[in-house]
Amino acid sequence: MNTGSKHKLILLTILLVLAIIVLSGAPMVGMITVPVSAILHPASGRMESDIFWKIRIPRVCISFLGGAGLAVSGMAFQAMFRNPLATPFTLGVASGASLGAAIYVRLGLVFSIFGISGISISAFTGAILSILLVYGLTRARRGFSTTTMLLAGVAISFFFSSVILFTQYMSDFSHSFRILRWLMGGLEVVGFESVLNMAPFVISGSAIILYMTHELNLMMTGEEIATSRGVNVWKTKRILFFATSLMVGGVVAICGPIGFVGMMVPHICRLLIGADHRYLTLATLLFGGVFLTLCDMLARTLIAPAEIPVGIITALLGGPFFVWLLLGKSSSKMGII
Amino acid sequence: MENTIIEIVQFSFSISSKAILKNISLNVKESEYISIVGPNGAGKTTLLKCLDRIHKGGSGDIRIAGKPLDKYSQKELARKLSYVPQADGRISPFTVYEFVMMGRYPHLSPFSSPGKKDKDAVHDALAITGISEFAERFLRTLSGGERQKVFIAAALAQGAKVLLLDEPTTFLDPKHQADVYRLLKRANRERGFTVVSVTHDINSAVLTSQRVLALKDGAVAFCGFADKFMNNEILQKIYEKSFLFVKHPQTGKTIIAPEVP
Repeated sequence: MNTGSKHKLILLTILLVLAIIVLSGAPMVGMITVPVSAILHPASGRMESDIFWKIRIPRVCISFLGGAGLAVSGMAFQAMFRNPLATPFTLGVASGASLGAAIYVRLGLVFSIFGISGISISAFTGAILSILLVYGLTRARRGFSTTTMLLAGVAISFFFSSVILFTQYMSDFSHSFRILRWLMGGLEVVGFESVLNMAPFVISGSAIILYMTHELNLMMTGEEIATSRGVNVWKTKRILFFATSLMVGGVVAICGPIGFVGMMVPHICRLLIGADHRYLTLATLLFGGVFLTLCDMLARTLIAPAEIPVGIITALLGGPFFVWLLLGKSSSKMGII
Repeated sequence: MENTIIEIVQFSFSISSKAILKNISLNVKESEYISIVGPNGAGKTTLLKCLDRIHKGGSGDIRIAGKPLDKYSQKELARKLSYVPQADGRISPFTVYEFVMMGRYPHLSPFSSPGKKDKDAVHDALAITGISEFAERFLRTLSGGERQKVFIAAALAQGAKVLLLDEPTTFLDPKHQADVYRLLKRANRERGFTVVSVTHDINSAVLTSQRVLALKDGAVAFCGFADKFMNNEILQKIYEKSFLFVKHPQTGKTIIAPEVP
């Protein structure tokens, strides 16, 4: 057992080092090579230092935070519902967040609470209302299964998507363009404002998840066992709904819905480091961040100056990698959830 | 009553206005081994789940170690009672050691890692159940019988003195059934665990336990010493079927044999 946890700590260290390398390396990569002097003088007014400090750094921060937040939300849903397909997307949380954000844009609202922009708050509200709706629907009838809930989630997800498209269709040109561009899932942000808007959501949500690792482990063994070991299951679920809605709302408001990360990254990490959430949560945060940052780096450089939507890259890279892990040894020994 | 650990007084419980348990009364003493039997749908599992607050509510009074059940937090209750559910076929992706260590949850606080006391409890539980050699294996790679021992080990590691088990030997081959019964008996006789076990295996219930509680249609149909249960009148009333009796060649206790048509 000591060898097991040692192995896990080594893996976590590797991921941490990787994260540092990617976070410091990714801003260097791009169509324009930024000289060191431009990096050292952020306020020099030179184009290169503006590119580095006002475009690339915020973008790398956003993609890291976004990847981490979406991945760890997916991990929490998969554990809580003991289902490999439970994610913010299949449960309708992401589309609820999108709808919240789209309504905010459509109504032309501009407000902020404690410096947090209204679009993030609207997305968070949409996220939490949709998970309560999906969960409430399936609670209304006794004997519901997770499969029923996922079906309800997918149905609601489609419904919300239609409402968003309808909203977009009925909008004037500038609103419509804003909604559409953001629905495609992209990370083209400028300035630190977006980072400051997203960070509190992702950081507080992840902190809650990190606090709940023992409970997540037990939820994964089933609600009855969890209860008998002393977990207050209903309270745990409410806290997890809140934390994941924070993260999904915060991320989706800025990046739009990026699907693959929340579904696959937790599975990849589980196969690499095991299902113990005391290690898995940190691994998922780091891997999710690294993965989306790398994908975004490729998305903006492969056919520069044009950009490939990041969603294309995530699935293109992550899909085969996941299948490779799925066919591997640890998958057959451990199983998927 | 000396050292009553579970006290159930006129307890009734319904699910969507259908009465599942009707007016159940039962006292379980410390270090007692009691089997709960009865036909399918009699409410045996529901009774266990009500005790462990997997089902909440119901009318009447349940006290654990003298304290009303609803005054316990779930974590406090977990230090008094542990529960081995019916195997549901879902296997979580943990190793044996990880899974048994999760039994220590009611003794851990958030962010904390298991300490020496927790590790000792886990090693002890693995040793009693005879699965120390499997510690690093994933649950998926074990047989059903081995997995059932892991579930019992996790319940033992929890450090609660009362063990609630729901059909612990169903789906097991004769060897593993015997293993599980021996193990429960040892935990009961040598370690002083109170065992409350739901089973369909009437013979083993009579051979291993001190008392038998029989439920039928949600009500108590029999409650008393195990050997008194082996009575055709009682059995026929409960199971609506007649039985043949023989003497167990080793213990001389009465056991039932299936009727051949």
